[in-house]
Amino acid sequence: MSTSTETRVVVIGNGMVGYKFCEKLIAKEKEHFRLTVFGEESQVAYDRVHLSEYFAGKSADDLLMAPRDWYSEHGIELYTGDPVVDIDRERKQVRSHHGLVVAYDYLILATGSGAFVPPVDGVEKDGVFVYRTLEDLDLIQSYARKARKGAVIGGGLLGLEAAKALLDLGLEEAHVVEFASRLMPRQIDEAGSGILQRQLEALGLQIHLNKSTQLIQGTDHIEGLQFADGTELPVDMLIISAGIRPRDELAKIAGLETHPRGGILVNDQLQTSDPSIFAIGECALVHQMIYGLVAPGYEMAEVVASQLIGNVKSFRPFDMSTKLKLIGVDVASFGNPFAQEPDCRTITYDNKAKGVYKRINVSSDGKTLLGGILVGDAEQYNMLLQTCKNLTILPPNPEDLILGSRGGEEAGAGVMGLPDEALICSCEALTKGQLCHEISENGQTTVEALKKSTKACTGCGGCTPLVKDLIQGVMKQQGLYVRNTICEHFDYTRQEILDLIKINQLTTYNEVLNELGKGDGCETCKPLVGSVLASLWNENILQKDRAVIQDSNDRYLANIQKGGTYSVVPRIPGGEITPDKLITIGQVAKRYGLYTKITGGQRIDMFGAHVGDLPFIWEELIEAGFESGHAYGKALRTVKSCVGSTWCRFGVQDSVSFAIELEERYKGIRAPHKFKSGVSGCIRECAEAQSKDFGVIATEKGWNLYVGGNGGSKPQHAQLLAADVDKETCTRLIDRFLMFYIKTADPLTRTATWLNKLEGGMSYLKAVVVDDVLGIVADLEKEMQLLVDTYHCEWKEVVENPELRKRFSHFVNVPEQKDPTVQFDSMRNQTKARDWKTVS
Amino acid sequence: MEILQSTTTTWHQACTVEDIPADGGACVLIKGRQIAIFNFSRRNEWFATDNQCPHRHQMVLSRGIIGSQGQEPKVACPFHKKTFSLRDGSCLNDEHYSIATYPIEIRGGIVYVEV
Repeated sequence: MSTSTETRVVVIGNGMVGYKFCEKLIAKEKEHFRLTVFGEESQVAYDRVHLSEYFAGKSADDLLMAPRDWYSEHGIELYTGDPVVDIDRERKQVRSHHGLVVAYDYLILATGSGAFVPPVDGVEKDGVFVYRTLEDLDLIQSYARKARKGAVIGGGLLGLEAAKALLDLGLEEAHVVEFASRLMPRQIDEAGSGILQRQLEALGLQIHLNKSTQLIQGTDHIEGLQFADGTELPVDMLIISAGIRPRDELAKIAGLETHPRGGILVNDQLQTSDPSIFAIGECALVHQMIYGLVAPGYEMAEVVASQLIGNVKSFRPFDMSTKLKLIGVDVASFGNPFAQEPDCRTITYDNKAKGVYKRINVSSDGKTLLGGILVGDAEQYNMLLQTCKNLTILPPNPEDLILGSRGGEEAGAGVMGLPDEALICSCEALTKGQLCHEISENGQTTVEALKKSTKACTGCGGCTPLVKDLIQGVMKQQGLYVRNTICEHFDYTRQEILDLIKINQLTTYNEVLNELGKGDGCETCKPLVGSVLASLWNENILQKDRAVIQDSNDRYLANIQKGGTYSVVPRIPGGEITPDKLITIGQVAKRYGLYTKITGGQRIDMFGAHVGDLPFIWEELIEAGFESGHAYGKALRTVKSCVGSTWCRFGVQDSVSFAIELEERYKGIRAPHKFKSGVSGCIRECAEAQSKDFGVIATEKGWNLYVGGNGGSKPQHAQLLAADVDKETCTRLIDRFLMFYIKTADPLTRTATWLNKLEGGMSYLKAVVVDDVLGIVADLEKEMQLLVDTYHCEWKEVVENPELRKRFSHFVNVPEQKDPTVQFDSMRNQTKARDWKTVS
Repeated sequence: MEILQSTTTTWHQACTVEDIPADGGACVLIKGRQIAIFNFSRRNEWFATDNQCPHRHQMVLSRGIIGSQGQEPKVACPFHKKTFSLRDGSCLNDEHYSIATYPIEIRGGIVYVEV
């Protein structure tokens, strides 16, 4: 449709959808369009979905979709506070309230909707408001200062938010008045509403159902509500939130077809009865309905923007499934939430004590999921929605979908269980389906090949483990046996190489390569073998031929940072540190010009150290009693602790002491990946132990041990391995768990991922490390004890060994000279690495 | 330190053989230029390349792990694992990049590089 001359597009309405249309059109093609936007409100488009956050402290500017400058920067003429009052379809031009006349080739109506105000006597009185615009909110806020009791008519989503806002504004009473027999009647059923109602009542809202408001009492200002059943409710202010009414008045004046009950009629291309005029968002009636959500509105913007640049596109029925957090309570509905027997089989879970309600509607043949409702706990929403949308064949016991499997084998949580739409590589927006297709149809069965063909893993690299699992999963599905072998130099898995190195008593890389491998090694197998050698023998990782097989961090016993300098983290067990040691860290950092920052693991990181300074820095730290923190290694990082019973009035056990004991026990041990821990002194869990590879929480009777948790890119809670055990038992179980992990995990696999992939999952792990079904726990404990007994501070050995120390310089021919290309900038009275150039 | 004079380049005495760890690398400063020297003792070969990785312009290649891909000797940058051929400097996993390589010779325990 674009021509060589400019196409003039006028958008009426500067709301979320009107804005999104502009954004999409200029992203597609900027050159050939001249865009003019008229908005009724004086504000530029803002996020109406999060309007309530205005009361929670967000400013009007925070809510803007884009600042006013954005429009001018993109060549868009914007007139706010100047609604269009007339459309001359003959001459194809619009006239604004201020008399501005603008011609158009295409006209986009994005006039949105207004609040529907039912015809009740007295709605014109002072103290009666609607909840729609920032201006409404300002009015509500100022009136609320002198009000004590408020009510909201309408128990839908917006009404409940408005009622919560009344409470937050300090009113003593906040009432919700709903005409129907339940809250949120469009989204959830009777039972779900019941649960929601109890939760909201607990928050202080008073809810009145089956109430038809007949009269708003009072002379000039509201004094109360009178209902059809004869009852009354005295209030000083009222918000009406009884639904929306499409803003179609302008379309009517222009003679466009509209629906008698509101809405501008459009076809699937979103064209009105005049083919040069489109309508999008809540003003448009498409498929016989008004789509009152923002996502379908955005899709409409996309459909029209695409057509204007000449693509064929139509608006298809849009999924209205929703999930939201309503005043802290999860509410979700998807598919057909209200399907009823005999058209389907309904399974419900109703736990009034916990405030959780779940319902799924399964097809009569039990094969597919038709829809459902979740209140109080919507964690399974995405999985259920995908199952429903994709018509996935259900398992034999579909109740497992909402209840989890009870007894027997646990369902695996691996990547193959994810739906095809699941985003695997967020940098390149690649879904599981796209990657599986590349693997199975185009034969890209290695990570390297997928990197080249799809760019997966090339951005942040965080998806690499998932991509590896996908390759394995797809190949397994195709009946191909895959062994996760290390690289072209070793035709073994990590577990096999560990066993072989142990049996053959190999201690250097070259021995391992000569005995078990071929070629000259590479950056994949060298650090892996280095890690396995350390896990088995615990000799200094820099001695014999081992320094050059370590990744840069391990090779220099520090973390390489932008610019090629290193950061230094001394161990601070359990996060406990004396004032003297704090002073030492401060002095060292000052002397060597280091940037200091508290880490997430209750330690102190010093950044910007030249490689040649590292031994001098450590000399001073060791002198003051510090040891290596192994922040550079695939090893134990920190055992975080809360202060526990020594100071805290809630603490039931001495969590700091136990954290220090555990950190001292496992420090320096090399594993397939880093591992972290935490010890909390009571159930409040201030040390966040359940997000760690192993975590301990004090109970009245002892300690609960959790394993397999992690933060990181795919957070996962740790699972309970043992409850109410004493310290000795707890430590013994950790010994077994860690050693079992170290001996069997794939390279660079955290405990959480390892556990997810372990066949049999948590119940198998318990069988091995608690019940000893394999008969190996004595060996595991012995092997761990060897590692504990052979601990040494690597840095102490380097500082005292001239041969090792010599390797810490930038130029071997001028060892005293530092890398002159290292540059720092200053920020907040400290240094930071100069940003690296990204263009070569 | 100049030994031989050719038309545009000069041989320089870089360091001693002991300065470079076996199957590893280290950096030398020659006429203000940072050169990475690799002692690939497993193959009984020596290589000299730029120390700077062209991807993010970091002076770190000498700290990278060396190895082989097929027959090709290579070094992997510690930062983002771009790997470069030690023979011709081409990047083996991203065709956009390459590094310079330099002639290198060992005579009497001394490493010489032509820059």
